[in-house]
Amino acid sequence: MKTYNLEDKSIVTIEDEIEISSDNLQVYYGDNHAIFDATLKFPKNQITSLIGASGSGKSTYLRSLNRMNDKIARVEGKIMYQGTDINAKKVNVYEVRKQIGMVFQRPNPFAKSIRENILFGLKSNGFKDKEFLEERLETSLKEAALWDEVKDELDKSALSLSGGQQQRLCIARSIAMQPNILLLDEPASALDPISTSKIEDTLTELKQKYTIIIVTHNMSQATRISNYTAFFHLGHVVEYDKTSKIFMNPTMPATADYIAGAFG
Amino acid sequence: MNPKRTNNIATGVIYGLVGIVVLILLFLIGYILFNGVPNISWQFLTSPAQAFSAGGGIRDQLFNSLYLLVLTLIISFPIALGAGIYLAEYAADNWVTHLIRTTIEVLSSLPSVVVGLFGYLFLVIQLNLSFSILSGAIALTFFNLPLLTRSIEESLNSVSDLQKQAGMSLGLSDWRTITRIILPVALPGILTGVILSAGRVFGEAAALIYTAGQSAPSVDYGNWNIFDPASFLNPMRPAETLAVHIWKVNTESVTPDAHLISSASSAVLIIVILVFNLGARFIGNWLYKKMTATR
Repeated sequence: MKTYNLEDKSIVTIEDEIEISSDNLQVYYGDNHAIFDATLKFPKNQITSLIGASGSGKSTYLRSLNRMNDKIARVEGKIMYQGTDINAKKVNVYEVRKQIGMVFQRPNPFAKSIRENILFGLKSNGFKDKEFLEERLETSLKEAALWDEVKDELDKSALSLSGGQQQRLCIARSIAMQPNILLLDEPASALDPISTSKIEDTLTELKQKYTIIIVTHNMSQATRISNYTAFFHLGHVVEYDKTSKIFMNPTMPATADYIAGAFG
Repeated sequence: MNPKRTNNIATGVIYGLVGIVVLILLFLIGYILFNGVPNISWQFLTSPAQAFSAGGGIRDQLFNSLYLLVLTLIISFPIALGAGIYLAEYAADNWVTHLIRTTIEVLSSLPSVVVGLFGYLFLVIQLNLSFSILSGAIALTFFNLPLLTRSIEESLNSVSDLQKQAGMSLGLSDWRTITRIILPVALPGILTGVILSAGRVFGEAAALIYTAGQSAPSVDYGNWNIFDPASFLNPMRPAETLAVHIWKVNTESVTPDAHLISSASSAVLIIVILVFNLGARFIGNWLYKKMTATR
């Protein structure tokens, strides 16, 4: 792998309304500096892909956005969301995570029924109204394109579903909380092509209601679904632009080489 | 030697070793049941022990064993659960935690006689609890805690981190994630720990001789007032357990049928442990299914 000047970067200015942004974000694992000065703005109701080789820091960055790195890593810098710095110590992280949901690489449904998987978060937050819960159950499952497959077996264990169904259940579980942002960490990398395309269709639908930030290894996936793409290299955001620009005509040599498959 | 041959030899040796374990087990259990079961009768189970004449039963000892087990679990399970949750979910990976783990390991290898003598000096004499079920239960708690804590910690650790992350990502508190998501999944493992420790408690004699005492005063099984010394539920009365009884009839007793009593008692002991195991598994499975919706 060639060495690139990592201080050089090309970051697009976003004209649309911004949902969340990070300002000079640094992440440290002990003494290991994992993310350097990440300054990114994510447009509302659009899909942004984070791409880069393994170890480039894209997942670390994503997990910092809803404070999942608390207790694991030290995160410095600002994360601005609705006018507040949600990376500040005094911020209620539980509230942050309710508004910024997350779906992980491997499907991780709870060992509970399908119904309980969706409703557990809401019930834990004090929602008791039966009608409201039933409505959330149906809407979330429909939005995650899982309703038709499971509507007759809502009380079956979520673990009896296939991997692709489990992952869509996890998406439904997140959106049941009615978040504004959905973070996805390689949500389709453990799935077969058919399940993957279902997830992609689902995400394309979901962006009408949610702002989506997705980490992916799969470059054609990034081109298929995302409006913007950020390229990470060795902890630096090297290039951030419209997805079409990144893949058709990248500015930075590192981006061009990564997309051409020179490393990864 | 080719791989196939190596494999055959290894398999043969492993089967042989397993066979030895199974044979010893079958021989022991078979011997105890064969000698004991014919001597078990309803009368044996429901009549009090006799000091000098033949025909004594084990009514009080059997009850004392069960009561002591329940009392010990009531004291030790909450403590072990708390400690296990702390070690598995909250403890930072530093020297304090290592010290705690090492202490637990040392405690678990403490000889039961030492635990018994400690219980005698501290609980019976110092705290003036006298020879009582309570002293016995506290001594057995010392004995029981390390094993139980360790098994609870391990069961919690065996639950995938992904489950915890899922809970966190929904904005749930650590406590709720642990108690409502991780604990139900860890339940079968925790239950195995409880069963193992219960078996140990049930079969323990040395630690109890000095704490719960060797006498089984006759008690009134209709008296439900736990503060009444005559009540069967009074935790402050001395209580000889079944295991202690077996030891006693074989060493000090002058009853002519000591051999019969100890054989039958041993068989009863094994059967009760078996029933307890099966019962705990059954209840555990039921609870697990109820909490996790797996069928």
